Amino acid sequence: MSLKIVVLAKQVPDTRNVGKDAMNADGTINRAALPAIFNPEDLNALEQALRLKDTHPGSTVTILTMGPGRAAEIIREGLYRGADNGYLLTDRAFAGADTLATSYAIATAIRKIGEYDLIIGGRQAIDGDTAQVGPQVAEKLGLSQITYTEDILNVDETARRITVKRHIDGGVETVEGPLPIVLTVNGSAAPCRPRNAKLLQKYKRALGAQEKAAITKEGAELPYAELYEKFPYLNITEWNVADVEGDTKQCGLSGSPTKVKKIENIVFQAKESKTLTGSDHDIEDLIVELLANHTIG
Amino acid sequence: MNNVFVYCEIEGTTVADVSLELLTKGRKLANQLGCQLEAITAGTGLTGIEKQVLPYGVDKLHVFDAPGLFPYTSLPHTSILVNLFKEEKPQICLMGATVIGRDLGPRVSSALTSGLTADCTQLEIGSHEDKKNSITYENLLYQIRPAFGGNIVATIVNPEHRPQMATVREGVMKKEILDENYKGEVVSHDVAKFVPETDYVVKVIDRHVEKAKHNLKGAPIVIAGGYGMGSKEGFDKLFELAKELHAEVGASRAAVDAGYADHDRQIGQTGVTVRPKLYIACGISGQIQHIAGMQDAGIIISVNNDPNAPINAIADYVINGTVEEVVPKLIKYYKKNSK
Repeated sequence: MSLKIVVLAKQVPDTRNVGKDAMNADGTINRAALPAIFNPEDLNALEQALRLKDTHPGSTVTILTMGPGRAAEIIREGLYRGADNGYLLTDRAFAGADTLATSYAIATAIRKIGEYDLIIGGRQAIDGDTAQVGPQVAEKLGLSQITYTEDILNVDETARRITVKRHIDGGVETVEGPLPIVLTVNGSAAPCRPRNAKLLQKYKRALGAQEKAAITKEGAELPYAELYEKFPYLNITEWNVADVEGDTKQCGLSGSPTKVKKIENIVFQAKESKTLTGSDHDIEDLIVELLANHTIG
Repeated sequence: MNNVFVYCEIEGTTVADVSLELLTKGRKLANQLGCQLEAITAGTGLTGIEKQVLPYGVDKLHVFDAPGLFPYTSLPHTSILVNLFKEEKPQICLMGATVIGRDLGPRVSSALTSGLTADCTQLEIGSHEDKKNSITYENLLYQIRPAFGGNIVATIVNPEHRPQMATVREGVMKKEILDENYKGEVVSHDVAKFVPETDYVVKVIDRHVEKAKHNLKGAPIVIAGGYGMGSKEGFDKLFELAKELHAEVGASRAAVDAGYADHDRQIGQTGVTVRPKLYIACGISGQIQHIAGMQDAGIIISVNNDPNAPINAIADYVINGTVEEVVPKLIKYYKKNSK
């Protein structure tokens, strides 16, 4: 008995520690100044998948990501930690997608993967914080969903039921649902295990087609070229719109009902303020003033 | 037809505050658009629920009352909204950016291929010009939200698809009873016509809802710490000051991510929105996403050793100094002068 698990993961700019150089003078984002990382809650999702693989021998964990060629890094990172394989969904037609067009593309790719018992993703990605893609994928595949998962308590393969502890506003809930199902995992779930040294050695030369093309485009030889024939698992599979039989009208910008009307890099309206030092005199004056006007006390 | 709809979230038989806040906002939007405000409640044992809802200016309340609709599960509530919206064709649908709203909203939007904007901090009505196709759209919902980790503010529109859906966090909008005796229509629907039996496939086995450990939202004084507090121990000093001032302690997202403070204390777009009479920001630089959650505070004091911290621009008092130096002095001089 074993489970087929698909983990949805996204490469995101690290928006949590944004320096001053992250914004261009014209108010646009300087993406080059932001490191690309594995979306944090997708790592929590990966851990839940790997735990099921530990307890249900023979299970497979497949990473599915969408992005440019360099997003193959997400699949490598997943392989280092114990995933079995991965697919990079990559096409210019996917660019500019809002959550609806993104979920359409991901749902078509999952149909292409074909067999699955569980689809697990992070609750939300830190570049948008929308938490929409998981439920939208579930809807498009006609599956149930459990969002805000904190822990998978049990999977009963015979009864085809899963029991999950999930976070709700002001508390926790234990829910039971059918397989196959879509889960989104909350940041309060267990952190992901570190990279495994053996797997790192095994997969460190794994590359996607676009990454290989970037290496060889200046006429350079692909290092260790023979390895990619000998060990097929070092070739990260890339899928474009045609590969997943996607309808380009439902992808990218054209498949997105929401449009960005305006972006502003907010300039705060300064109000009249008093500037103080940290000296005893200044602090005591402030406290006395706040007490006198009944702000505190 | 083409009215403004608010999905009212229910805990037990009580409508959530966030939904009442959205009814007040929805009423204003409906007035601007010259249409009606309609509300949806779905749960179990909802007799008399209209008394909680209609006073906010609701013209029509749709009630779905059946066993299995509380506690909330995704599929039955999705079917209710999707099937109702196919008949009613709302132009706008608002819901709370809560665990429920963020579970339900995307599923409904996917089924109706309508756009959805999460965690809006402002909602306005305005026009939009599609320059490429020379089309001008009137009376669209501007869905305004910080994005990209709070470094920008984006205005999102859905020109073609309906309903225009948005979620809003609790505390962002203000709830206000319009008229205790507001006359609205109450429609009790036959749930079985909207929800197939197969939708009740996810079962809630166990549920614990606790009263909040703190009252950050309602506290008149909030002391918030940022990444600049440096550690969990750094936050202990803030709790000490909070005890003296009878205040609550909040935190920026950076401080929560760093593990200095619990997640439920996070203030900002993706956390709690507060409107205290006094807000003391300690070691908080002031990303937009944080400002979104505290800018309506009465008096803002910023303690920061960076005189150029963005939060200083909205502060009434800027204390140029380290938190290690200033916070103990605030405690000391409060003790000395308050007696």
